[in-house]
Amino acid sequence: MGKVLVVTSGKGGVGKTTSTAALGAALARGGENVVVIDFDVGLRNLDLVMGAERRVVFDLINVVQGDAKLAQALIRDKRIDTLSLLPASQTRDKDALTIEGVDKVIAELKEKFDWVICDSPAGIERGALLAMRNADLAVVVTNPEVSSVRDSDRIIGMLDSKTLRAEKGERIDKFLLVTRYDPQRAARNEMLKVDDVLEILSIPLLGIIPESEEVLKASNIGSPVTLNNPNSAPSKAYFDAARRLKGETVEVVVPMDRKGFMGRLFGRRVA
Amino acid sequence: MSLFDIFRKRTTAPVARDRLQVLLAHERSVIGKSDLIAILQEEILAVIAKHISVDRDAVQIKLDRGASFSTLEIDVEVPLNAKVAKPPTGAGVPASA
Repeated sequence: MGKVLVVTSGKGGVGKTTSTAALGAALARGGENVVVIDFDVGLRNLDLVMGAERRVVFDLINVVQGDAKLAQALIRDKRIDTLSLLPASQTRDKDALTIEGVDKVIAELKEKFDWVICDSPAGIERGALLAMRNADLAVVVTNPEVSSVRDSDRIIGMLDSKTLRAEKGERIDKFLLVTRYDPQRAARNEMLKVDDVLEILSIPLLGIIPESEEVLKASNIGSPVTLNNPNSAPSKAYFDAARRLKGETVEVVVPMDRKGFMGRLFGRRVA
Repeated sequence: MSLFDIFRKRTTAPVARDRLQVLLAHERSVIGKSDLIAILQEEILAVIAKHISVDRDAVQIKLDRGASFSTLEIDVEVPLNAKVAKPPTGAGVPASA
């Protein structure tokens, strides 16, 4: 029986889809059977980030409504055969998702896969609630920035009250994934430190993903960063995070991309 | 701006942390008020009202989430001249819970 993991944040643009793809690919590379599901109906992007946008025939809503079988909608990754994608619908209304339908699809996927990773839409509305509903554990993606931390706090509250596990009085494991972190700016007190965010949100740390050019390079060509450049700093951080998800104890470090001499001289930082 | 300000290192992250701590302490107490809190508040009020007369506002309930445990804080303000209330008829059963 597989585990259901929701990748969520409240705020948009903090790296949910990037992290879903990167963690999914990292787990699959470690031999786990993984499916990633896009819950962002109407604004799907996981297919694009994973480079499968031209292979989408059926989607989550087709399956929920019984228009297609699950096996027809699943897209197997061309690079790793233990990684599959269930895309969202781009044209349908998000109200086409029903609670019963989603529960049924997740139950079926849990039979087939070790990990069912749900990429949540931004916000705290129906789509986000459906994405977290069946979760056994949650990764809360947070940027070291005030609005993201505030929204994460709100989402943590919902994970504790609106999931099936919460309703049954059971615990849902929640982990913090800090993305776009710049240790140098944090050291200069220009950016919230990971310890500050941890103290405020009070959930265990899954990993720290450093700000890196590699993330955009990978999404440009439609590949999870952990596949496109496994030795890059963000990839190392995602691989470590994936091992922690599996229950391994891995020391938390912030890997950094090596910059050449010229890069250090002229390297510019995104403000 | 004085000359001193030019050399003083002004940092922004501690400001962000402090603002968040204040804001979230407030938001958690308001938004986090689930049905459970409302029910607890009503029932605790009913139990206290059986013995002493207190205002509705005198019972404050707060649920705080922590790293390893959460705390339920019940704050009952008992007035100095608290009177022992008469037990309600149908002893022990609060009229509305």
